[in-house]
Amino acid sequence: MSTETHTHAHHGGPKIYTANLFALLFLTIITVAAASFNFGSANVVIALAIASVKAILVGLFFMHLLWDKPVNAIILVAAFLFLGIFLMFDFLDVGSRVVFAPRNTAPMENATPVPDSMNPQKAAPPRPLDPAPAAEEHKAAEEHK
Amino acid sequence: MEQQFDTSKIGMWLFLATEILLFGGLFVGFGLMQHRYPREFLEAHEHLKQTVFGMPFPLYGAINTVVLLVSSWTMVMGVNAAQTNQQKKTVRFLVMTILLACVFLAIKYVEYEHKFHDGLLPAKYYAHQSEDLIKGTHGYATFFAFYFMMTGLHGIHVLVGIGLLGWLVMRARRGAFSSAYYTPVDLVGLYWHIVDMIWIYLFPLYYLIS
Amino acid sequence: MEPALTSGARIGDRPRPKKNYLNDGKGFKSWALTVDHKRIGIMYLIGTMFAFLLGGIFALLVRLTLLTPQHTLFGLQITAETYNRFFTLHGAIMVFLFIIPSIPGSLTNFVLPLMLGAKDVAFPRLNLASFYLWIVGAVMAVASMVIGAVDTGWTFYTPYSTSGTSSTVTLMTAAVFVLGFSSIFTGLNFIATVHKLRAPGMGWFDMPLFVWGMYSTAVIQVLATPVLGITLVLLMLERVFQIGIFDSRIGGDPVLFQHFFWFYSHPAVYIMILPGLAIISEIIPTFSRKTIFGYRAIAYSSVSLALLSFIVWGHHMFVAGQSQLATVIFSALTFLVAIPSGVKVFNWLTTMYKGNISLEAPMLYAISFLMLFAIGGLTGIFLGTLSTDVHLTDTYFVVAHFHYVMMGSTVTAFIGGLHYWWPKMTGRMYSEKWARIAAVLWFIGFNATFLPQFILGSRGMPRRYYNYLDQFQPLHAFSTVGSWIIGLSLFMTAAILLASLRKPMDAPDNPWNGTTLEWEAASPPITHNFEDTPVLEHEPYDYRHKVTT
Repeated sequence: MSTETHTHAHHGGPKIYTANLFALLFLTIITVAAASFNFGSANVVIALAIASVKAILVGLFFMHLLWDKPVNAIILVAAFLFLGIFLMFDFLDVGSRVVFAPRNTAPMENATPVPDSMNPQKAAPPRPLDPAPAAEEHKAAEEHK
Repeated sequence: MEQQFDTSKIGMWLFLATEILLFGGLFVGFGLMQHRYPREFLEAHEHLKQTVFGMPFPLYGAINTVVLLVSSWTMVMGVNAAQTNQQKKTVRFLVMTILLACVFLAIKYVEYEHKFHDGLLPAKYYAHQSEDLIKGTHGYATFFAFYFMMTGLHGIHVLVGIGLLGWLVMRARRGAFSSAYYTPVDLVGLYWHIVDMIWIYLFPLYYLIS
Repeated sequence: MEPALTSGARIGDRPRPKKNYLNDGKGFKSWALTVDHKRIGIMYLIGTMFAFLLGGIFALLVRLTLLTPQHTLFGLQITAETYNRFFTLHGAIMVFLFIIPSIPGSLTNFVLPLMLGAKDVAFPRLNLASFYLWIVGAVMAVASMVIGAVDTGWTFYTPYSTSGTSSTVTLMTAAVFVLGFSSIFTGLNFIATVHKLRAPGMGWFDMPLFVWGMYSTAVIQVLATPVLGITLVLLMLERVFQIGIFDSRIGGDPVLFQHFFWFYSHPAVYIMILPGLAIISEIIPTFSRKTIFGYRAIAYSSVSLALLSFIVWGHHMFVAGQSQLATVIFSALTFLVAIPSGVKVFNWLTTMYKGNISLEAPMLYAISFLMLFAIGGLTGIFLGTLSTDVHLTDTYFVVAHFHYVMMGSTVTAFIGGLHYWWPKMTGRMYSEKWARIAAVLWFIGFNATFLPQFILGSRGMPRRYYNYLDQFQPLHAFSTVGSWIIGLSLFMTAAILLASLRKPMDAPDNPWNGTTLEWEAASPPITHNFEDTPVLEHEPYDYRHKVTT
């Protein structure tokens, strides 16, 4: 292998890095300030969105992804993508489960309340079993398992 | 040598992808446990704040965030210096990065110390006595288990980073790096930025939720 | 006219180099500290073969116990706890110590750089580190077996694994953690190698399909295994410190453990099958003397299998307590994952059609593969269909299905590939006559063992049970006898291959008239693989221009 010197242009440079740092510090102030307001369930979304902007800035500029060959960025995006798939399906499962309230313990003081959507006592009453064909009965029985 | 540099970079990026998935698993676990115990987790978050001017404020968390962001800057400046044949500057920036990393760990130590003092220990060691403790559920113990696991694992990565940076300083002082060869500096830099990136997500999820 | 496979026939009349990778540097240290991918491949081969033997012994113990419903073994009463250990260790050893590391570590390590025309992998020292991590993991796993064998099933489901059992779960999961990193680093190495070390002129679509298959495997290894890592860490911490994430007794969610576990373990089964598929893509065109049909389709199907494998893991959890919505979605997505496999099978069959087929041992294994993989893959659809899975889950139907894909497919392909590249790796030809007999015996023994298990399962025989209703005994006994035939076949294969090592090193460089670059290297290759960097002269599998002197 010959000893070629690096001919690829020096991307980046102190000016861009310093500007990036100030952008990141500014976003940090924003996110701390935003935390003092209550946007309800959007709190987490906003916090994560700002964090993601910061992460993208770190990736593009400090980690040189803006000037690198695309394969490096693809690797990073793929990692986040599959992490996202893991998160999404897990929340899909956990978020759509029906929880049966225990019948033989007293309600706990200050315990996390079961939301109405998950409480079968507050949800629509079950369909009554009628002496219909076997298929219908089996279907109704399955729903109440 | 361009091909070797590119190959090493791909290797490092693939390793960083595994780090993201490793930590990511913990984030997913944390998120799902938060879903399971929303009240307990929300209350527990307050214990991560300090009182500043009479108001709760995530002082240590915010300072650590700034410290790491600046250390990312010193790191990339160090890479830049190595890339442009400025040996002394390279060493200086690397040393600054190490110092900032040490500040981060020192603040972490102070935080942990407070937690131990208050009995906010993880898992089965959880022994905090307070009026607003929700009895009968395990949400608090689980929260602090995750807190120590995630910040602890992150802290270990910072420690390893300090070791790598120290190794780089030794080599830089011997003139090992130049515009023709600065691969190790670049690769450690990438590692360091991922450590920063993980904290960028840790900070709001732990310190800013209320 | 194809040249006869006589020993000593050397294509191109090139003299055999005196120094090859085997004798270039002698002594323990030269092997223990080697960075030569070929030597590392041989070491992996030996290691994983011992693991296969150990896992196989446990399999024989399982089948022997099930010979009668009285769960006795050589006259001794086997308790349920002992039986649990048998099948757990069989599963854990086979999955983590054998199937996942074997093809990537041994055959791929050896052949991939040669196929690309490279001197070695991208990170040779990391390659050696991967091997030593495998050794450490293996030692830890064996230690955990000796100290207090695990009895949770290889899946380590909570809460039994966290607070129910007193066996050495922590040590075994630590061993698997270490093995996981061995796998990650191997995958990392292969990805970088494929991206950066191809011979001049070799574009992505000039690579052999084996490389596409291994690249796809490596992508899964890098992206999925870290999640296994963190799952095992959380499991260990739950067991030791009671965090409260997975154990229902302390407020955790056991189904969450299954999500974490299967997010890796489903892609893991594609880490197991993709290398097998990759090997078949090499053997079939070579022994059909015909260009592969649908090169791009097969290449894309490998990549899409890798990607699709990540979105179906919930099909292992249909009755575990997952929400109905998630269950239905996972079932629908599972149907998608069958498509790329089907594409491959049809393309291989079309390749064979009107080809000039010769039935040496590698081809016999490849044809076995086609039949066994078809059964394995199709029965996977039965299990992916929610309505039928509700009845078949946790029965012997599942056991039969995964043995058809893991053993009937992957191991079959592995043995076929081992025969295929044996002359390249050792410079010797094995006895073709005996190898063919062993191949037929393998096919018979495998079907005898596992075909009855489909029937057992659909009639209600549960898996992981150490006793059963009397009516299941004839099928169980048949299956056990089948396992002995498998044992005989494998013993024969080992004997055949080892016996070949006593012959002089006289195999041709290209005994099968293959068209991929590894056949241009010497048999066995020199340490640096090629005297000069090879230049690609034709498309892969181009049998139109094959010189037949």
